[in-house]
Amino acid sequence: MTEERAPGFNTLAIHAGAQPDPATGARATPIYQTTSFVFDNVEHAAALFNLETFGNIYTRIMNPTQAVLEERMAALEGGTAGLAVASGHAAQALVFHTLLSPGDEFIAARQLYGGSINQFTHSFKKCGWEVEWADTTDPDSFRAALTPKTKAIFVESIANPGGIITDLEGIAAVAKEAGVPLIVDNTLATPYLMRPIEYGADIVVHSLTKFLGGHGNSIGGAIVDCGTFDWLKSGRYPTLSAPCASYHGITLAETFGNFAFAIAARVLALRDFGPALSPFNAFLILTGIETLPLRMQRHCDNALAVATWLSGHDRVAWVNYAGLPGNAFHEAAKRYSPKGAGAVFTFGLKGGYEAGVALVSNVKLFSHLANIGDTRSLIIHPASTTHRQLTDEQRSRAGAGPEVVRLSVGLENVEDLIADLDQGLSTA
Amino acid sequence: MNHDAYSDAYIRDILATNRTIAMVGASPNPLRPSYFAMKYLKQKGFRLIPVNPGQEGNTILGERVYASLAAIEEKVDIVDIFRNSEAALGITQEAIAIGARVVWMQLGVRNDEAARLAEEADLKVVMNRCPKIEYGRLSGELSWAGVNSRTLSSKRPLLGPEGVQHRVIATKA
Repeated sequence: MTEERAPGFNTLAIHAGAQPDPATGARATPIYQTTSFVFDNVEHAAALFNLETFGNIYTRIMNPTQAVLEERMAALEGGTAGLAVASGHAAQALVFHTLLSPGDEFIAARQLYGGSINQFTHSFKKCGWEVEWADTTDPDSFRAALTPKTKAIFVESIANPGGIITDLEGIAAVAKEAGVPLIVDNTLATPYLMRPIEYGADIVVHSLTKFLGGHGNSIGGAIVDCGTFDWLKSGRYPTLSAPCASYHGITLAETFGNFAFAIAARVLALRDFGPALSPFNAFLILTGIETLPLRMQRHCDNALAVATWLSGHDRVAWVNYAGLPGNAFHEAAKRYSPKGAGAVFTFGLKGGYEAGVALVSNVKLFSHLANIGDTRSLIIHPASTTHRQLTDEQRSRAGAGPEVVRLSVGLENVEDLIADLDQGLSTA
Repeated sequence: MNHDAYSDAYIRDILATNRTIAMVGASPNPLRPSYFAMKYLKQKGFRLIPVNPGQEGNTILGERVYASLAAIEEKVDIVDIFRNSEAALGITQEAIAIGARVVWMQLGVRNDEAARLAEEADLKVVMNRCPKIEYGRLSGELSWAGVNSRTLSSKRPLLGPEGVQHRVIATKA
């Protein structure tokens, strides 16, 4: 392999982070199903605990199977380092714990996965981190929400559930002006469709549970450090820019340069809260990632066909899919996500709430469950499930009103998916 | 030569074929990045000679500290600069004078004029990089921390002689 050429995305999806196992020559990444690792001697142990050298201590903090996944995620997103954790929620919690202190604020788009809205509204509030909401389609609304206490901005690149394509560049400009990091949840797109670092993201988070793992078998989350934010500049992120009491007073941003954020999230928040990813889950997710390019393309192609068919159906009032011409985000999709507009979208049934409930009950091939990004096609009625804990106003703002049905289109033969929806709709 | 980006082969060759590093700006403070780098590189088999006029005669990590590059009696391969970009020019001139093979400037340190002078004298130059991080990246150790090594290889990594949690740099990918 010559070094002048950068490897392509498909190659990275299979190889980044992985080499044959040095002890055995095993080609597939071994599942290091162990809690702990022996030290060479006392000095070696001390060097590991002091962060003077890298190596394995304990699977709550690091694990070699997980490390392959972390490097692969960083390589695919174009970042400097990755951190894999137990879930997307955990990834978000660790990011915010690393950056914010009680009394700090952050700005988040209203158009988010219901789980993130709950997390910000309830559990983050309990930690003293106050959310200010803004409109993901309007960068000026983020500008207007800035206060001297704002420490971060959070958006989804493709927003769940309505398939809104966020104006990442516009919002990145606001973050840059304010001197705060832009955190982008890239779960629905995956780096195959879009790499937020190219538009100004500083930190990317993922629910690996979804399209990256791709097979609905493992819960996982990831943080990718883009290596783009200067933590030393403003002095407002003392976890990174001030002497770290937990590690004898080293300054993490000085010692670890452009991957300091990923290190900090690992050796502080992950160490102390412990949402560790299982090595077995890491292995399954890694295996899924190897086929990410093939799967995402088929997901998008199938979704476009299903969305197109639905938009001609007499029981369907509207379809929100950015891949459809005429959709408000069609141009944004062509710009930010030219390979495809993703595989998650919503549509509204003329028969309202009851029609939504009837449809999810009638389908025989689509699975009625709370998840997205499986090989299997999935269906849910958000108002009665994922967004149930929100207020009517929050639901409506999030695009989850009573008549809304959300699909995650899988990899089955698209004719079979259309046939299933057809029979399901006939009584909806 | 383009100093915005270095090929892995260039860095790998420098780290694999040189042994003695004079670290200018070495600190006795165990919290400083220079201390971390010195300790790590010693462990990887490099000979480290600290240079710091304020610490002359003391030892850092068991090594005698010299006041200047010129005062060092043995042959120096790499001059590793842990000082600011302006100071790098004078230090580079001293490195050329003592016959060093490589001038290496740390993260955030870059002086293109110094680089030009060094290259005209047939020295290799690396700027805005840390040899500890580059060694970790190219050996695979940094990958244990989830860091993007920006390398791909289908070859088994080389184990270090001390134990299983140690890697050494391969001379080719």
